[in-house]
Amino acid sequence: MSNEYRAVGKSFPKVDGHKLVTGAPAFTDDFHLPGMLWGKILASPHAHARIRHIDSRKAKALPGVHAVLTYKDVPRVPHTTAGQAWPEPSPYDTYLLDSKVRFVGDRVAAVAAESRAIAEEALRLIEVDYEILPAVLDMEQAMTGASVIHDEPDSKNIYDAGHNVAGYILREIGNVEEGFREADYIFEREYRTQRQQHCSLEPHISICWLDADGRLVIRSSTQVPYHCRRQVAQILQLPISRVHVIKPRIGGGFGGKQEMLLEDICGALALASRRPVKIEYTREEEFYMARSRHPQILRMKMGVKRDGTIVASQMKVLAGTGAYGSHATTVQGNTGSKVLPLYRAPHMLFECHVVYTNAPVAGAFRGYGCPQGYFAQETLVDEIATELGIDPMEFRRKNAIRLGDVDRLSAQLGEGREGLARVIRSCGLPECLERGATAIGWQQKRKQRFDRHEAVKRGVGMACAMQGSGIAGVDWASAFLKMNEDGSFFLQVGASDVGGGADTVLSQIAAETLGVTLDKIVITSGDTDTTPFDVGAYASSTTIISGGAVKKAAQKVRAQIMALAARMLEAPVESLVCAENRISAPGKSISMGDLALHAMYKEKVQIMEGASHFNTDSPPPFCATFAEVAVDTQTGRVQVLHLATAVDLGTAINPMYAEGQVEGAVTQGLGLALTEELLLDGDGRPVNPNFRDYKIFTAKDMPTLSTILVETEEPLGPYGAKSVSEVPINGVAPAIANAIFHAVGVRIRKLPIRPEDVLRALCEEQKEELAAV
Amino acid sequence: MKQMELRLNVNGETKTWTISPGDLLLDVLRREGYFGVKRGCEKGECGTCTVLLNGRPVNSCLLFAAHVEGQELLTVEGLAAGETLDPLQEAFLEHGAVQCGFCTGGALLSAKALLDRRANPSETEIREALAGHYCRCTGYQKPVEAVLAVARKRKPKIIPEEAA
Ligand code: FES
Ligand code: FES
Repeated sequence: MSNEYRAVGKSFPKVDGHKLVTGAPAFTDDFHLPGMLWGKILASPHAHARIRHIDSRKAKALPGVHAVLTYKDVPRVPHTTAGQAWPEPSPYDTYLLDSKVRFVGDRVAAVAAESRAIAEEALRLIEVDYEILPAVLDMEQAMTGASVIHDEPDSKNIYDAGHNVAGYILREIGNVEEGFREADYIFEREYRTQRQQHCSLEPHISICWLDADGRLVIRSSTQVPYHCRRQVAQILQLPISRVHVIKPRIGGGFGGKQEMLLEDICGALALASRRPVKIEYTREEEFYMARSRHPQILRMKMGVKRDGTIVASQMKVLAGTGAYGSHATTVQGNTGSKVLPLYRAPHMLFECHVVYTNAPVAGAFRGYGCPQGYFAQETLVDEIATELGIDPMEFRRKNAIRLGDVDRLSAQLGEGREGLARVIRSCGLPECLERGATAIGWQQKRKQRFDRHEAVKRGVGMACAMQGSGIAGVDWASAFLKMNEDGSFFLQVGASDVGGGADTVLSQIAAETLGVTLDKIVITSGDTDTTPFDVGAYASSTTIISGGAVKKAAQKVRAQIMALAARMLEAPVESLVCAENRISAPGKSISMGDLALHAMYKEKVQIMEGASHFNTDSPPPFCATFAEVAVDTQTGRVQVLHLATAVDLGTAINPMYAEGQVEGAVTQGLGLALTEELLLDGDGRPVNPNFRDYKIFTAKDMPTLSTILVETEEPLGPYGAKSVSEVPINGVAPAIANAIFHAVGVRIRKLPIRPEDVLRALCEEQKEELAAV
Repeated sequence: MKQMELRLNVNGETKTWTISPGDLLLDVLRREGYFGVKRGCEKGECGTCTVLLNGRPVNSCLLFAAHVEGQELLTVEGLAAGETLDPLQEAFLEHGAVQCGFCTGGALLSAKALLDRRANPSETEIREALAGHYCRCTGYQKPVEAVLAVARKRKPKIIPEEAA
């Protein structure tokens, strides 16, 4: 890689960091509007019920209440809350408010009042008569169709509403049955994964008001300002031009905010009350009224040759989307398309049913279906390697996709529609394996056998993964740049920095391309009135897609600057060099500031340009994860001692923040592997919607982290960059499960892996051993 | 509702605010424009609402405002000396310890309380001090490195161990 870059590849602090460390008012809620009301949603206490009768008169009469909305007061527009490019591939099965409720926490009504206390009091005054319907919480049971969750006639794009199937996917390349016949060994196992919640420290929040022109302004904690604008306009039946979405600083998203979640109801309340309204979820509401990761039951089957060559791999998935189908088929499509092709089996089959249940709604969550798929695939692969007596790392090296390969499954599994074939143009997986193994001490620790009599046993395990960089042919972005008379630039992007450092990375790309220092770039992002379009922050798309747009816009602006500089310096363009805010020709030079002044006041020209960008391929970043664990055979407790993650991310535009993405991802992966699960009781009520009972990792729970950035040069990415934020979460759970096997010889095939799961497995193994003697 | 007067010192300035006896400190601080104090859970579980009360970290979501009458508060807004950032703030920037920044104010204050108390804390002590601050973005690696870097740079103050 080139070391000549001045802005790219450097660990600059965040361009928005100063306001964050000083506590400046930067987030959605850090803002008072005169007359602002509190909005509050009446949540369904029942998992499945019809509203026979609803009376809001008493609530409306309460002093201080300015609006009460039930399904009778709002337009009925079927839509999806998934923040996806139009036309959204998710079913249109959701309504602003409905006469039926489908999970505990579903919207029944909404109020806006002068204080939180009055709003809460008003909710209590709404009289609702429910006809309670049988609730289905079990995914397998849901498909019998005994209780139909979406029986409304006007929903669209549901695969089979009568059997509660939101979406169905079947894709095959080659012929798996033939593949299994060719195989010497066939392995088949079942895996289960849980409902994980994003736990962004900032809960969902929106503030809506009407500006002086009567346009609806939405200040919101969102990853998708543009999709949100389009969806709110559709739901509230306003022209898009009458809606203005502003994304301030966001307190974490992780996919949870790739969703139009509060903006519609908050907007409806603002329109009804003609006052500014704020709605913020409490932490408890956030747990079950926002989104979570789809729970899945995965049946994975692989056929292998005696020498360890995989000939056929098949994954059949049953996934629960909860009461609404937000991201239903797209998340699950990824479970197949971004997981199976990691190994070059000639025959592959992916089949998936995504079912409705009366549970909280699932949605986008970092990894987008891949963590579930990789848990199944990477633990099965480990099992196969062990059975065949091959080192699991060798087994993977032998079968893994490599440079120049074409992944044909992706071609069949696009974003809910036919996708595009994926060609591997950069692949650092072998180096990831090498360096990750060294960091954990693989060779030596795999051989080490621990004293059988020790209560606490250690083991090491590993897993591989890939992801994508944007959705091929769907994700696109634009950027606009204009020069100021002091030689600084305004960079306007629709991209949504949700905390990961996108504003910084995009500014670095602009600075590099323009030949200026980073402080000369002033970025505005995620405002639908002032910045050009971007699909938003998801699918690991920002660096490659939004970054591509920024680079293009900057190249165009640079061309304008160079043309003018050539005239001013009386030198041919080819002889000009632009760096550190100066353009130089042999023997003479001019500062960007002087050039800009000249352009504006002498030539009367605004130097400015915009550009749009999309890719027809989604280059995968690769990752190898290695875990070392200690398992207490008396308590079943698993302690992760060391987690080493090596990621091929193309070029690291900002290595420090790339590392931060990896560290954050693996920490969520640790929770997924060992502690996190939103539990429901038999009536669909959340059991643990708080941080005391839903356990995420804290600073003192952490293992030693080794983070290794493996740089490659991706031809489709700006300055060779791919993506980094999602891929590292995929391998954590399987690496830990495999390390547990190495330590104590039991396979755990469900997440999270709790002490009782390990103990149970150990007991069963003991029983089997005893029976064998 | 009954109103009362609250006198206190916030970030070195004397303030007199009118509050209701049941008002939570978190709500009062945000109402008065101290937006650096964040609302993450309102249950004393996440640490985003942390302020220093007479130098010790407390969750402002668990305290009645009336409780701090006459006492000294430090919020993240008071951490920098005018334009000069506190070394911890600098280190958080330099080490990439800030991602979304929602947990940052609270974490900075607890780190400050630790460093004021312990001249040269170990990594374990730093992790203990940050354990009450949930961060969903960073994996804690860079925040811990940032605090360690500040601790190592400081001249060890002579504080007897018992006083810590
Ligand atoms: S808001 Fe006070 S601890 Fe979470
Ligand atoms: S930086 Fe986002 S929660 Fe800590």
